[in-house]
Amino acid sequence: MPRELEELASQAFEELDKISDPKELETWQIRYLGKKSPLMQLLHSLATLPLEERRITGGRANEIKKALETGLGKRREALKEAQIAVSLQRESLDISLPGQPIPLGRLHPITQILKEICDIFVGMGFQVVEGPEVEWDYYNFEALNIPKDHPARDMMATLWIDFELETGDREMLLRTHTSPMQIRVMEKLRPPIRVIVPGRVYRHEATDATHESMFHQVEGLAVDRNITLADLKGTLFEFARCLFGSERQARFRCDYFPFVEPGVEMAIDCIVCKGAGCRLCGGSGWIEILGAGMVHPDVLRRVNIDPEVYTGFAFGMGVERIPMLRYGIDDIRLFYSNDLRFLKQF
Amino acid sequence: MKVSLRWLRDYVDITLPIKELAERLTMAGIEVKEMQITGGTWENIVIGEIVAVEAHPNADRLKLVTVHLGQKQLTVVSGAPNLRTGDKVPFAYVGAQLIDGHTGEIIQLKPAKIRGALSEGVVCSEKELGISDSHEGIMVLSPEAPAGTPLADYLGDVIFNLDVTPNRPDCLSVIGVAREIAALTEQTVRLPQVSYEESTEVIDSLASVKIVEPVLCPRYCASMIIGVSVAPSPRWLQQRLLACGMRPINNIVDVTNYVMLEYGQPLHAFDYHRIAGRQIIVRLAKGGEVITTLDGMERAMTSDMLVIADAEHPVAIAGIMGGLDTEISEETTAVLIESANFNRSAIRQTSANLGLRTEASLRFEKGLSSELPLPALKRATRLILEIAGGKAAKGILDVYPGRQERQPLLFSTVQISRLLGVEVGTDEAIRTLTFLSFECQKTGSSEQISVTAPYWRTDISNCADLVEEVARIIGYDKIPATMLSTPIPVPELKPEFTLREKLRSIMVSCGFQEVLTYSLTSLDMLRRVSPDSQLTTPLKVANPITKEQEYLRTTLRAKLLATLNQNQRYETGGIRLFEIGKVFLPQEKDLPEEREKLCAVLSGPRSELSWRDQEGLIDFFNTKGVMENLLSWLGEEIKFDVSEDRGLHPGKRADIIVDGIKVGVMGELHPKVSEAFELSGTTYLIELDLKELLPLATRLKKYSPLPRFPGVIRDIAIVVAESASYQQVKNIIQSFPPVAKVNLFDLYRGEQVPRGKKSLALRIVYQAPTHTLTDEEIIKVQEQILDTLYRELGATLRS
Repeated sequence: MPRELEELASQAFEELDKISDPKELETWQIRYLGKKSPLMQLLHSLATLPLEERRITGGRANEIKKALETGLGKRREALKEAQIAVSLQRESLDISLPGQPIPLGRLHPITQILKEICDIFVGMGFQVVEGPEVEWDYYNFEALNIPKDHPARDMMATLWIDFELETGDREMLLRTHTSPMQIRVMEKLRPPIRVIVPGRVYRHEATDATHESMFHQVEGLAVDRNITLADLKGTLFEFARCLFGSERQARFRCDYFPFVEPGVEMAIDCIVCKGAGCRLCGGSGWIEILGAGMVHPDVLRRVNIDPEVYTGFAFGMGVERIPMLRYGIDDIRLFYSNDLRFLKQF
Repeated sequence: MKVSLRWLRDYVDITLPIKELAERLTMAGIEVKEMQITGGTWENIVIGEIVAVEAHPNADRLKLVTVHLGQKQLTVVSGAPNLRTGDKVPFAYVGAQLIDGHTGEIIQLKPAKIRGALSEGVVCSEKELGISDSHEGIMVLSPEAPAGTPLADYLGDVIFNLDVTPNRPDCLSVIGVAREIAALTEQTVRLPQVSYEESTEVIDSLASVKIVEPVLCPRYCASMIIGVSVAPSPRWLQQRLLACGMRPINNIVDVTNYVMLEYGQPLHAFDYHRIAGRQIIVRLAKGGEVITTLDGMERAMTSDMLVIADAEHPVAIAGIMGGLDTEISEETTAVLIESANFNRSAIRQTSANLGLRTEASLRFEKGLSSELPLPALKRATRLILEIAGGKAAKGILDVYPGRQERQPLLFSTVQISRLLGVEVGTDEAIRTLTFLSFECQKTGSSEQISVTAPYWRTDISNCADLVEEVARIIGYDKIPATMLSTPIPVPELKPEFTLREKLRSIMVSCGFQEVLTYSLTSLDMLRRVSPDSQLTTPLKVANPITKEQEYLRTTLRAKLLATLNQNQRYETGGIRLFEIGKVFLPQEKDLPEEREKLCAVLSGPRSELSWRDQEGLIDFFNTKGVMENLLSWLGEEIKFDVSEDRGLHPGKRADIIVDGIKVGVMGELHPKVSEAFELSGTTYLIELDLKELLPLATRLKKYSPLPRFPGVIRDIAIVVAESASYQQVKNIIQSFPPVAKVNLFDLYRGEQVPRGKKSLALRIVYQAPTHTLTDEEIIKVQEQILDTLYRELGATLRS
């Protein structure tokens, strides 16, 4: 019996090694490990054998069964591997074929930059607020120290609304800057105030590559005790580094806006020539980014904030200029002509 | 404002290199926009003195000119008609760069033999040097010009083109800029001589001045010179005017312009003999009065315009332009020089109303000092006497009803640190302000000083102004950069921003490109959107730039559809555009309501042309899917109701109702609108009103627990009349509580179903919160559902 057993085992292993088809593997399994297989029948009949023989034959038969099962498992694994390898090879794609087009939407570049700007200031504790684009002369000019016939009105050619009130003195216009919101915010809130105001502004201006009759500004205002020009500088320089990169240099120079005193213009070193002077910066090495200053005491008084107690700073920047600088866009009109070939680049 | 550096040097020593000076001025608020250098190319050109002019041996029209050049003498050939021994002339050595007098090209001077005579240089015309277009003769320099000196040293100049802010009219003058430079470089200013010899004839016996409107004319000064000879100005004067961009006219007018550039005070010269009644009356114009101004234009005056009149009629528009009648001409022998101060608003208004802006009006409207007329007048009188001769009348007519004492400001250095965040000592502040000609006096307190601004600084009115003065002179770069250390205010919630952001991100994820269009449009564009309906009158711009930008938009549709049309020219795939922006709805006696809307348009193929699935064109249900995406996050049921929107196709339009509120509209664009915007293909449109949406969007959402027991899926197909809407079917099915979800997955019409009916295949998910539903339970509910569908809609189960 043991000899037949050994022969059966070696025959089984020999056949197993030759099997390359999973179906044959099943046949093999039935033949050698199935219920009716000699081995299994032997194991079943063990009970009828004398004790000693049962021990020897039984032990060996169980060993062989285990070995066959292990062999079967390995073979099965090997065949599966081979099969996967074959199908992987068969199933390879031309990966250069174009992908399924899925329509992709994008935000307008100005929306993107506005968010970027606002996020920087929000991180510095400013709150975003918005205001009307159609304004009273009072908010746009008068309350900002720009009475009628003030020459500073020349700096902002105005689009007036055809509107008459019986009194005749409240004139309606399209705001020429976001600064009227300084007044509206201070009328409503008491210090501490820290707001930024993004929005559209309008000018009576013939359009060309650098001028638009509609564009965006972001206004900033902070009012509290002990706010200084140094704070303004710190805030804006930090902003410039966040927006234009930490290697950017920024500078303040004296400038004039009727509603601030002292007044400031901030510039960054030219992103093209790094300050050496080129066409973009008009040879100066600097690019003007925004106007700013300390809120004028008369403006504070007008909204019943005591300039002897409180100080504040304000700034306002044109928004379109920033992506123009960043992406080298040479015509501001591209933003509102909404050509998808342009918009899809951002 | 153009300022010549050579001219500036008359009043202040320039101690800085030019570039650095420009930089300092810019930093201090007087921006140097541009620097023009004349004489920068004058290498190898020096001043020569003609010592001999001899005939050329071989040519009648040429001369041999011997020129003394300091160390040596050279002889050159010249054909110039104005060669005179003793004249100082520009001399170019071989190698110099010149402009060819005939062709205008830049040439390099080479040694030449002209008709057998060697010429080692040339004597130059103004044109050859690029100074002017004159090439008729050589340029003759002033007799004091030192022979041998490089011409650039003697005549070269730098012109600063300055951007002077409106608060600094004092810097619209050479002296003003010189004062700035002096303060920045700690120099002192040398003012020009203003005294002159007077005749015995007293001015009061020759003319009189009367100010009728003292508010509009706070001061009027006049001097008189009798016996002037009107002629062209000397070269130096002409050159200075030209360098500053002004055209020389005659010696009298040129002096008035020169002094305006020098002092910033506009002046005007009248031909004395043409002033009727020898009277100057400063008054408002009378209705119907007309004046012909110096530019030859006849201008009708209105009664709010200030004029300078003689006994009969206006002779000048005050502060803006003189009249032709009293103009200085070659016959003029006596002049009356006006130097006055006018109200800035009045000048600005008149100038704007007349559309006439002059060098004078530009200065007056910024607010000049009423102290300025007198020194400027004296200076002009002296210069006219020097240049045009004549005798000055004794005294000056000076009517000064608006005299105001300058008030000192009490200024404390604490204010500097309070505003600037940097400490500046009292002594340093005094020193800085003193260099700016402010009078500073110490007071009892060590920090407080009494400061009086110089008369020309009309922009100084409070301590913040003084702080800026100190800051800009010590330099803004000296101010440190610190971060805000004050408490951060408690932020207010802005749900409208959140809503907008949310909608934007959904639109983008649905494949829509955001656009931003102009708020201003034309009435025609607004009408095209809704052809048959009455348009509420939009707000109109009183002074539009173009007809295309005359009205404030009351809808986003117009520009969005126009944008779609523009892009259809280039885009071959489908186009999906959206804008979130304000529309402007007029309100009685108030600012318009600015209502935020979302508008989207879509048209063309669903996807780009591809080797994959060839999907069809965008249709109503694609559009509806977008709308559902936009609103599903609200967690409220969205109803699509019959709409009356006239811009949309009557059979393919829907109002969007959420919780009983109409929040928007969608549908296929009305073919008429499509045609009006010249759109190709069918366009679909979505519009949402963010104001209506806001209360729904801000509702606090409530979490519903995840189902603990699995849902059971059953598919059914029913046949129902065409007249029954899917919504009706769905409502019935959903009215049975274990129904968790209904999905339509097929809609069939055709042979398999009777005419006038349709087959709907529906997947229903049944789910109970308490247990897994049994087959029996589901069968029972489904029977009830089918019963109800049959009863209410005549629907039958499709076999």
